[in-house]
Amino acid sequence: MTVPAGREARTVFATARRVLGQLAHDLGTVALILALPCVLLILLRWVFHGVPGSFARAGPQLFGVFPLIVMYLVASVATLRERVNGTLDRLLCLPMRRLDLLLGYVVAFGVLAVAQAGIATGLAVGVLGMRVAGPVWLLLLAAALDALLGLALGLLTSAFARTEFQAVQYLPAVILPQFLLCGLFVPPEAMDGTLRLLADTMPMTYAVQATSRIATEPGITSALLADLAAVTAFLLACLILGAFTLRRRTP
Amino acid sequence: MFVPLDALSENQQPVVRVDQMTVVRRRVVLRNISFAVPMGSVTGLLGPSGSGKTTLIRTIVGLQARASGTVEVLGLPAGSASLRREVGYVSQAPSVYPDVTVRENLRYFASVLGLRGEPRAQAVRRVLSDVDLTALAGTVVGRLSGGERSRVSLAVAFLGTPRLLVLDEPTVGLDPVLRRDLWALFGRQARHGTTVLVSSHVMDEADRCDRLLLLREGRLLAAGDRGELLARTGTVRAEDAFLRLVEAPHSLEAG
Repeated sequence: MTVPAGREARTVFATARRVLGQLAHDLGTVALILALPCVLLILLRWVFHGVPGSFARAGPQLFGVFPLIVMYLVASVATLRERVNGTLDRLLCLPMRRLDLLLGYVVAFGVLAVAQAGIATGLAVGVLGMRVAGPVWLLLLAAALDALLGLALGLLTSAFARTEFQAVQYLPAVILPQFLLCGLFVPPEAMDGTLRLLADTMPMTYAVQATSRIATEPGITSALLADLAAVTAFLLACLILGAFTLRRRTP
Repeated sequence: MFVPLDALSENQQPVVRVDQMTVVRRRVVLRNISFAVPMGSVTGLLGPSGSGKTTLIRTIVGLQARASGTVEVLGLPAGSASLRREVGYVSQAPSVYPDVTVRENLRYFASVLGLRGEPRAQAVRRVLSDVDLTALAGTVVGRLSGGERSRVSLAVAFLGTPRLLVLDEPTVGLDPVLRRDLWALFGRQARHGTTVLVSSHVMDEADRCDRLLLLREGRLLAAGDRGELLARTGTVRAEDAFLRLVEAPHSLEAG
């Protein structure tokens, strides 16, 4: 049986609209999503106040970290709620593809991710004096992609969580190893072979490399494009894997 | 012990056909269940709490793994993708979004069913009136009472035009007037050709059904026409029939 392609797109947008509707009734969460990366950047600038050159290095790197973490948490809680509410079971009993549900989340939170990236970029470049050698719009794009990667990681891992406790436990399990190996503390080039290999399998490494490159290298280099492509590939892989792990049947 | 009250005639295809179905989840939850639900009936799935009603229902809508035996809906294996448009399912917990309004919930689920524009608006108005929630359409679901929430959940199942409605304890905790109205609504749905399978642990509600499935401790005590079941057990109420089947099953097996 073939279904017209427009139907799926409408389901995606209906889902995005519903998620945005939920957010509209919960402006506190929206404010947190938008403000949190900014507050963290201000704090970071303050921490590095007496250490010249540190913010210039770490600022862009953390640009690849904060949006990812914030969106990761939002996404894992949102999907878990969908499961606990019973609405996930209901949707899976309706004529809806699992991937379309996740894409609906991506569209809705994508809107939020772009807004978040815009505000954070404006603050970092305009107010906190973060120097960006490459085009600023590219930093904005990288931050938005990064947020969406966090969203996809959250959607994927929450499929494995059975309770709120488990979902929260996945944050240190999934995010902290990436945080340690992403190049923030030691550049990947300086890591030993195995560690380097491990770092290379982690999506956050590419997100941090991309934002660092935009800050230090003028113009669009092929290395930068490779990093952005890697982030996008991880994003898509997480979504497709996430759609497969949304289980319809319970034991 | 199982008393088959009537067999469906050969040419009538049942909407639900369950044959020798067993579900084991650490313990045996359902044991060797066989029954059929004919088209256009209101069938009550009655049994005490813990008897396996919800598991049986989840098996029929295809949400329950590890079910051995046959479970067919409209001639297809339960849970087949093409059944998703044909089967409306309402779980026991209200499965709607608590943080948006009643209307926003209904609009969303209608969109997922492929409705849009005026047909969608019409469907939303129709189901709001079916469950008597028109006045609360603009209220955020989280602010509603438990009974009102389960009516929103019920309304979602009426949005499409399913051929089978599977409702897990939809009338628990509702006002008696509303309960009566909902049973009247189920009856209307059945007369319009939608087969309705409703579970309940309140035996009184059995008297509102055309057909009954009596479940106890994972075994089906009886399945069939309510009138015949009462006649066979020499009782006038489903509750008494249930007791008779539990207490003196062997006296009923002959004949």
